[in-house]
Amino acid sequence: MALALALGIVLALGATNGLFPVYIHLLVFGWLTQLIFGVAFWMFPKFSVEKPRGSETLGWWTYALLNIGLLLRAIAEPMQSAQTTSISGWLLVLSAILQFLAGSLFVVNSWGRVKEK
Amino acid sequence: MPRLSVWFVRASMIYLLLGLAFGALLLAQKGIPFYASVWYLLPLHMEFLLVGWLIQLAMGVAFWIIPRFSNAAPRGPVKLVWLSFAFFNAGILISTLQFWFPITVLIGRITEVIAGILFVIGSWQRIKPLR
Repeated sequence: MALALALGIVLALGATNGLFPVYIHLLVFGWLTQLIFGVAFWMFPKFSVEKPRGSETLGWWTYALLNIGLLLRAIAEPMQSAQTTSISGWLLVLSAILQFLAGSLFVVNSWGRVKEK
Repeated sequence: MPRLSVWFVRASMIYLLLGLAFGALLLAQKGIPFYASVWYLLPLHMEFLLVGWLIQLAMGVAFWIIPRFSNAAPRGPVKLVWLSFAFFNAGILISTLQFWFPITVLIGRITEVIAGILFVIGSWQRIKPLR
């Protein structure tokens, strides 16, 4: 959130170069959605007595993939916007895959916890 | 968690997956262009993630967790909120037809607004201070 808000200042100063999509995604995915993932991991109904939060390992993988994927985007998208290169292009592809995997792992780990009392 | 919240939250997770899949295709297209028509997915990417995921999840969790009444209907007029769930998801699905029928964006949004109004009516009285 702090990064996104700081980027908002940079945008207000007139910078463009692929930064606006980065700003939106830092806010909506990096803050809002990640906050939801964190609070859901904490507060959703228990999966079982033995594993109240499902797989903690999957939770950590979700955290790592989301943040690595998003930061890759934050670096590669302005690079790609300034000058198209295969390195920044493939970094964006990798970022896309990591972020999709992060969301998928969250759903896999949380689906069973969304249940009637 | 009440049954209606289960439906809201699970539906929101489905939209999360779809929205992320579309977003991943769009981002990959920015990196290594492979199919320009992928850009037609942008409105659905936004609709699924902002409306289908974020708002719907908030509705489901709110229905579960905001204060309850102590009488026989602790969560208020549940049927009204079920109707809200139905309208909300119908609105999202209707708006997915926008490539073929542009008017469906407007119809979908109106349907979502009706859902929102039903949800507010169904939940309003549960927003109260603790006694």
